[in-house]
Amino acid sequence: MSLIQVQAAGLLTTVQDLGRPGFGSLGVSSSGAADPISLRLGNRLVGNVESAAGLEMTLFGGTFLFPQGAIVALTGSDFGATLEDATVDLGTSFEVHPGQTLRLGPTRSGARCYLCVQGGIAVPPFLGSASTHILSGLGGFEGRPLRAGDVLSIGPVTRAFRKRTIAPHLSKCLFPRSALRVTPGPQLDWFSPSARRSFFSSTYRIGEQSDRMGLRLEGAAISQRVPRTMITEGVSLGAVQVPQGGLPIILFVEQQTTGGYPKIANVISADLHRLGQIRPRDEIRFERVSWKAAQSLFMEQEKILAFGESILE
Amino acid sequence: MTEGVQFRLASDRSVLVYFGRKVTLHTHGRLRKLVYLLEMEPIAGVENLHPAYCSLLVVFDPLKLSQRELGAILRDYLRRLDTVRLPDPRELQIPTCYGGEFGPDLTEVARLHGMTPAQVVELHTSVTYVVYFLGFVPGFAYLGVLPEALATPRLDNPRRSTPPGSVGIVGSQTGVYPFATPGGWRVIGRTPLAMFRPDRNNMSFLTIGDRVSFIPISPERFRELTRS
Repeated sequence: MSLIQVQAAGLLTTVQDLGRPGFGSLGVSSSGAADPISLRLGNRLVGNVESAAGLEMTLFGGTFLFPQGAIVALTGSDFGATLEDATVDLGTSFEVHPGQTLRLGPTRSGARCYLCVQGGIAVPPFLGSASTHILSGLGGFEGRPLRAGDVLSIGPVTRAFRKRTIAPHLSKCLFPRSALRVTPGPQLDWFSPSARRSFFSSTYRIGEQSDRMGLRLEGAAISQRVPRTMITEGVSLGAVQVPQGGLPIILFVEQQTTGGYPKIANVISADLHRLGQIRPRDEIRFERVSWKAAQSLFMEQEKILAFGESILE
Repeated sequence: MTEGVQFRLASDRSVLVYFGRKVTLHTHGRLRKLVYLLEMEPIAGVENLHPAYCSLLVVFDPLKLSQRELGAILRDYLRRLDTVRLPDPRELQIPTCYGGEFGPDLTEVARLHGMTPAQVVELHTSVTYVVYFLGFVPGFAYLGVLPEALATPRLDNPRRSTPPGSVGIVGSQTGVYPFATPGGWRVIGRTPLAMFRPDRNNMSFLTIGDRVSFIPISPERFRELTRS
């Protein structure tokens, strides 16, 4: 079996796939890749199914030795990767020969870079998924972020190397430089018209405390019309909840499954993957869209991914 | 029998089903029946269920199911609630060592209510609680209803980390932290039981609908049980 020796782990590198839906009633959130589209594309570049497990690196990548070689692709953000001192391109599959070392550094664009290998990263599944759930120490590689010295196994390699590239138009339509689009949250009417205006017209900064559980926003505090006590209820991925202090938190992939703060908005499905590429200190705005628009934007996006010429050979 | 039930979209891929705006055993029973039906007869395209006190969040895949279709199926399930017979609830005990290093907030809770720590323990162990739902993190059970005399506000400064097994109270709820997580509940004791273990058949020690009581144990017994 082929291996990956982790020589440096980077800032926060975990094994992720597309998550483990279906266990919300046990308090287990879906987890999975923070930018699932990049993981899906990376898997397709190396000839895997989209849901195979890869490595998710955060802000600063790791150094990986491949004693037996591998077919690899890097997607998501540019972490300045080199293979034995030669630059490797993002969004293109390449061969790593036995004994070669792949080095990644600090990000030059967004928050996360994905390393996919043909065969996928082989870890024992927990509740049907390879995803690491950091807070509870479950899933992935020993339930934790990687450390230097870890040795990962690569699943069976079945296909010969083929050079594949993500179509250049794709990243433009997947990562538009516009506001995060949202639909109304279930407690939108708890906020006064002026609080809502402030929310939709403000620029927020992503706080340093942000992680896979939630993105903490800094900026204009918004207050409830009348402070009310909420009965704890189920919360969805991308919910924008407003705690007492008034600074919103966007619930993310390792979210709590239930919560007791009112939600003013929810990031639309078509923009959820973009949350995975936002860095601390980045600035964002929110744009309200209709339910209908939210639905069709997601359908269109999936159509582009499925049928469009998203991968070139 | 869909009266009184309200639907509200929470996102473009999830809908909240509200059974009422008050936490009652009746409302909770109806909610459990819907969860039970959805587990027995899963709807294709439904990805996740997040039950809470009197509402259920249903997460769906918009590529497989429209919100309208889901609403129609859910209304159909709701009409059948009266025919659902829930399994008898399990009765479980949670051995708990109160106070000291195990329950750092016990004396403060006692002070807030003008009681002795022993009276707080007596009150906390005097009730059989119901597991309303599991939420927050894997295996965290929301238990109610805490005796009114113990209703306590959240900590002003939540702990950065609460040891696994910590028994906390807040408002009219009590619960046990399965993992070392940040937490704002007042910790009055700790159990040696593992609340969530992925290598166990019932991964979560508690499940929705269980009846639960807390049994006081000594620090010696706590250590004995931890070893076994």
